[in-house]
Amino acid sequence: MDFGYSLSKSSTMKIENLENSKFKALAKLEPDATKCIGCGCCTASCSAGVFADMSLRQILLSLQRDCQDKYLPMLQNCMLCGKCMLVCPRGINTRHLILSICKIYGIEQ
Amino acid sequence: MAENIIIIGGGPCGLEAAKTLRDLGYAPIILEKKQELGGHLRKWDRLFPEGVQAKQVLKELTSGLKGIEWHTSVDIETIEKSRKGYTVTLSTGVSYNSPALLLTNGFKLFPAEKKEEYGYGIYDKVITNADLEQYFAKGKDNVIKKPKTIGFVHCVGSRDEKVGNRQCSKVCCATAVKQACEMKELFPDATIYSFYMDLRLFGRNYEDMYLTAQKKYGIRYIRGRVSEVSEDIDGSLIVKAEDTLLCKPLRLKIDLLVLMTGIVPENSSASLAQQLNIELGEDGFYKPKDTILEPCMAENNGLFMAGACTGPKTIPETLSEARAAAVQIHNYLNKSWISGIL
Repeated sequence: MDFGYSLSKSSTMKIENLENSKFKALAKLEPDATKCIGCGCCTASCSAGVFADMSLRQILLSLQRDCQDKYLPMLQNCMLCGKCMLVCPRGINTRHLILSICKIYGIEQ
Repeated sequence: MAENIIIIGGGPCGLEAAKTLRDLGYAPIILEKKQELGGHLRKWDRLFPEGVQAKQVLKELTSGLKGIEWHTSVDIETIEKSRKGYTVTLSTGVSYNSPALLLTNGFKLFPAEKKEEYGYGIYDKVITNADLEQYFAKGKDNVIKKPKTIGFVHCVGSRDEKVGNRQCSKVCCATAVKQACEMKELFPDATIYSFYMDLRLFGRNYEDMYLTAQKKYGIRYIRGRVSEVSEDIDGSLIVKAEDTLLCKPLRLKIDLLVLMTGIVPENSSASLAQQLNIELGEDGFYKPKDTILEPCMAENNGLFMAGACTGPKTIPETLSEARAAAVQIHNYLNKSWISGIL
């Protein structure tokens, strides 16, 4: 029956239930995955980000919190131009990181 | 005969200043209210960034005190200023004269129970940074038993106008990074979260500690201040915060929560300031004559201050100030004697 309203699902992340094996596998394949400090330089310089949603910072964080479903599709917009690699202050090999994410989370580039 | 110089506070700062003054030819007298010399250093196990043993540093500081007079468990009754300097009278009736006075009465850690929403003193599994150091030093604790999930909360009693402390305590970020790594060493299977507002790793090699914490130890940093903590039926804790980088509220069940209590002025600072006519900053720490050019000197003649009584400092910073203050006292006395003021 439709009363015209519904209870909305809680947006709270419960990180005690965190299934983390995929992120562990990612960190093994690309150890720099744990080095992000969330500065946002990658997003700000992203050439795809001007036209479509693309934020490597958000994707990486969502993987750590295991709430990546909404974020992973963004990777389809990446053109692997490598600008983020030039600006990353932590020297993360973002190109290899993105390709590793695609490999482990089964995304086609 | 060597001139007496009274130093109030027998922590690292007072001890180092006393040694420097002794080497300059004076007879320093340390007055310490606690039963032992050494201050907060006694409570700590290891020091950032390299993890040097606090015991080692303490031993170094408290040895070689020849030529220095010190009194512990001291209760100062009055301090009077005269033309010749200062007279400090203790509750026992004993008094000491000194042409200059050095304040090194340090700081105290923020009492974590004041931040009631974090549950210190209410829930067993909430401890402070100082409690954790005691555990590291002793190797056993009634609460810490193979925790699987550990949380660190930065800025407890710092950067918080609700508890009257707007200031940053400066050293707790580095301490939290250090302690998180030490816990991971002890409990390699544990997942460790650190809740921070900003990570202020200002000193040399501190950023490297942070990188090591992320890369080697896999500490998970969550940007967001913990809003409240509650206890679950099984005794574990439920922590609520927002992951502000992901813009999502989160709820986390953990076995141990460590509160990084900040640095606040020592209780005696207010009364000493009143007796000696020193201005206090809004944060309650002494105001020096000039924060850039004269950080160890008070407005009043012959009055000096060093270490954490003028704001949060690391141990090496405190020791540098102690030596600086000692040399300034020496210069002040030389000038005063030459010009005949004293």
